[in-house]
Amino acid sequence: MRLVKNKIELNGSGTVTLCPEEPEDMWHAYNLIRPNDILRASAIRRVTTTQETGSTSSARVHLTLEIRVKGLDFDPQSSQLHVSGTIMNETAHTKIGQHHTLDLELNRNFTLEKEMGADGEGVGWDSMAVEMLKDAVDEGGKRRAEAVAVVMQEGLAHICFIGQFQTILKQKVEMSVPRKRHGGGDHDKGMSKFYQVTLDTLLRQLEFNTSATSLTSSEAVRPVLLASPGFVAAGLQKYIQSVAATTMPALKRLLPSLVVVHSASGYLHSLSEVLQSPAVKATLADTKYARETRLMDDFLEQLRKETNRATYGPREVESAVDQGAVGRGGGVLIISNRLFRSQDVAERKRWVSLVDRVRDVEGGEVRVLSSDHESGRRLDGLGGVAALLTFPILDDDIEEEEDDDDQ
Amino acid sequence: MSRHRVKAVSYDEDDYDDGYDSPDPEEQEFLQQCTAEVLSQLSAGDPPVTATREEVQEALWHYYNDVEKSVNYLRGKKAKEVKKPSAPAPAVKAKPSAGPSPDDVVLNAQSSAKGFKSKQASSKAAGKKAQADLAGGMNNLSVEEKVNVRSKNLDVLSEYSKSQRKKAMNFAVIGHVDAGKSTLMGRLLADLKAVDQRTLDKYRSEAHQMGKESFALAWVLDQGAEERARGVTIDIATNKFETESTVFTIVDSPGHRDFVPNMIAGASQADFAVLVIDSGTGNFESGLKGQTKEHALLARSMGIQRIIVAVNKMDSVEWDQERFEEIEQQVSSFLTTAGFQAKNIAFVPCSGISGDNVTRRSEDPKVSWYQGQTLVGELEATEPYSHAVDKPLRMTIGDVFRGSVQNPLSISGRLDAGSLQVGDQILTMPSGEKATIRSLEVDGEPNDWAVAGQNVTLNLVNIDPIHLRSGDVICRASAPIANVTSFTCKVLAFDHLLPSMVDIHRGRLHVPGRISQLIATLDKGSGSIIKKKPKIVGPGTVARIVVEMDQAVPLEAPTRIVLRAGGDTVAAGLLE
Repeated sequence: MRLVKNKIELNGSGTVTLCPEEPEDMWHAYNLIRPNDILRASAIRRVTTTQETGSTSSARVHLTLEIRVKGLDFDPQSSQLHVSGTIMNETAHTKIGQHHTLDLELNRNFTLEKEMGADGEGVGWDSMAVEMLKDAVDEGGKRRAEAVAVVMQEGLAHICFIGQFQTILKQKVEMSVPRKRHGGGDHDKGMSKFYQVTLDTLLRQLEFNTSATSLTSSEAVRPVLLASPGFVAAGLQKYIQSVAATTMPALKRLLPSLVVVHSASGYLHSLSEVLQSPAVKATLADTKYARETRLMDDFLEQLRKETNRATYGPREVESAVDQGAVGRGGGVLIISNRLFRSQDVAERKRWVSLVDRVRDVEGGEVRVLSSDHESGRRLDGLGGVAALLTFPILDDDIEEEEDDDDQ
Repeated sequence: MSRHRVKAVSYDEDDYDDGYDSPDPEEQEFLQQCTAEVLSQLSAGDPPVTATREEVQEALWHYYNDVEKSVNYLRGKKAKEVKKPSAPAPAVKAKPSAGPSPDDVVLNAQSSAKGFKSKQASSKAAGKKAQADLAGGMNNLSVEEKVNVRSKNLDVLSEYSKSQRKKAMNFAVIGHVDAGKSTLMGRLLADLKAVDQRTLDKYRSEAHQMGKESFALAWVLDQGAEERARGVTIDIATNKFETESTVFTIVDSPGHRDFVPNMIAGASQADFAVLVIDSGTGNFESGLKGQTKEHALLARSMGIQRIIVAVNKMDSVEWDQERFEEIEQQVSSFLTTAGFQAKNIAFVPCSGISGDNVTRRSEDPKVSWYQGQTLVGELEATEPYSHAVDKPLRMTIGDVFRGSVQNPLSISGRLDAGSLQVGDQILTMPSGEKATIRSLEVDGEPNDWAVAGQNVTLNLVNIDPIHLRSGDVICRASAPIANVTSFTCKVLAFDHLLPSMVDIHRGRLHVPGRISQLIATLDKGSGSIIKKKPKIVGPGTVARIVVEMDQAVPLEAPTRIVLRAGGDTVAAGLLE
């Protein structure tokens, strides 16, 4: 995302103009834009006019509309963001207060304004929003460490794209492969059919140029991780090699970027294991994803050792912060960015103030995990927030409180 | 309607009269049943339609007693009559000659039951289809041609009690990778002549060519190309053999940790287990840390009570009695803590590669210290298990495959509960689609019926293969199994449990899910609550948890499930 103009005031209100350049930028926009913000972007609207005689004609007009956001709809697979709201500016074709849904487009600027309400209505550009903006704009230009992973088992393959901030399941291949039976060759036949379908799907998702002339092209190929329990991934690699050697020479470009790794199953949650394997660590060394996964593993390790130096769940973490356990010297607050997407302003404020407090007052570390990554999903399973503590806390007292709440 | 009459004229009525007038009593009775069914469906439908018994029986006769089609036909007919009250009643009298004679009906039923599709049957079917289009109008238009299978309406349970069969048992062969499970079973089959010498010689020479002579016996069970090339069992293999008193079905499981899901599928089909242990120095110890332990725990949590420990490769340690006793002592103490009763554990020192103590007593003087049974002796000493024959039908699909040209769609598995017979209509879950059983095989032999505990292959018709996957459950529409997206279960944790992603296994069923709640940790003995809402559940603790899944899965209490994560078994327990 390119930052075109930045006019954030000291008090937290202000506008920014951004230009999304990659599909992933839509995901950032989805995190930045909140209900009640004002969004200005170009729009296409169908306008129906009625003549005096009663006949109607409709035309599609390009306009620039300003809307007060009411809701967001994000489609992660195609990276499309639709923002609905009421129109704020009057034009020749629209009235104030009419509803419109803006479809943000790549390479078209949009302007986002956040207001600081008089009595705490809006949240403005709070620390989290500024942080997200920084992430989105990525001044360092360290992006583009992307990989494609095929997580599979017999008869099942998940093809997903691993980006900096999200993992997108592009397609699932599911086939019924006959089991081995006495005297039957169905299984081997079924497997090669499965490999074939998986490869076709993968090439389609990669938009891989399979024509023979493409051999000379210097287009970069992303690393492709083939992961499975047993020998399925190795089998697919062998299949791709044999296809490259016989029918589809263009595939030779793909061969060097194939990495075979082990995973416990063919389901998507095995991806965290895939990213921990040495072969992958070398390729994807310092991606956000790898860091997040490592952090979650550390946390689970602490929890497992029952040192009482790790806790999870909204109330538990807040009480730990109250006791000053998430502070200097190893305190880490791990929080899912799902919590900041909350429609409820009070809810968002609650988490932003917790983050600010840990970072600025207590001096602890704060890590925001993307809920669109596997590690973030693991965190969401734990209530979206967890913490590594500087000293052990016994959780008995919290528990009693909770029991009271239930009754 | 008018074409009926035209068609009838072209036949010579006299030719068909003989067979028509003397239906046998059994057929009559069945006809009565169907008539009642059609009448009730007609009056229950919207709008209610009334028809005379005669009309109904006519219709049934034309549709080979297919209730549904007859109802459609009559409905269409009545609708027309209402529109044109003045039109003459359909030519009832002319009909008999239009259809095939009852002899043909019987022939059809027989040939379809046998799985043959004779030319005669297909031509009749074509003729029948023309009629169906005429009579049923648009109601019956479908691209696929329905195949009708006549049920013999057997009382399966009484047939079962009448039948004089040998007792039949399944056992799973489990143990660490390279313990020699497949080889030991290959030896067993070879020595009991369940595999002929010629096949065995063929395997020997092929294995020799690949430089893997010691794997020749394992090839009896390891049929896959990948398995042979790598010398590792990947998927379960079933094979049966008979002794004087019993028919045994071997379910040979893979030992490699990546294929534990397949082993779970195998163990879920077994009555008891044979745990194979490599007695070689160092191998036993590494196995005990690995899958020897995991498999034994899994077998126990799948409800297996009896376990025979085959201490294999004793020839590699010179039949050392001390070694055997050391292993016996360590393994039995472990198995007792895992929950096996001491009387249900048996130990046999043996060697799969040489065949000592497998089917015959070893003649080696070094083995003279062992006075117990051979492996086969121990197998035979196992008490048979009773199965829930009178419960509603449940069967987990183990495999979906193309049986042959006659049977383009077959499924196999073990009947968990209930019974079924040829011609039954079954329901497959979670897809909720119906299918008809065209024919079935019990232990590879064609049969008319099957009951719980038997290994069956069902040849199905009237269903699309995409609705069938291994792991799905077969049941009846009258007592269907529910599809659930979340369940509460009481589990024994083998590892730390947190709200996290897990794989859920039940037999062949393998789906992703997540533990969403830890409700409480429980006392092992009494089951009373120790701590509510624990943050984490430690290994060896019993806990009540809630598991959620993204897709609906057929599960019902009390089912035994296994939860795995990251390639390890984290918990096993019972659905509540």
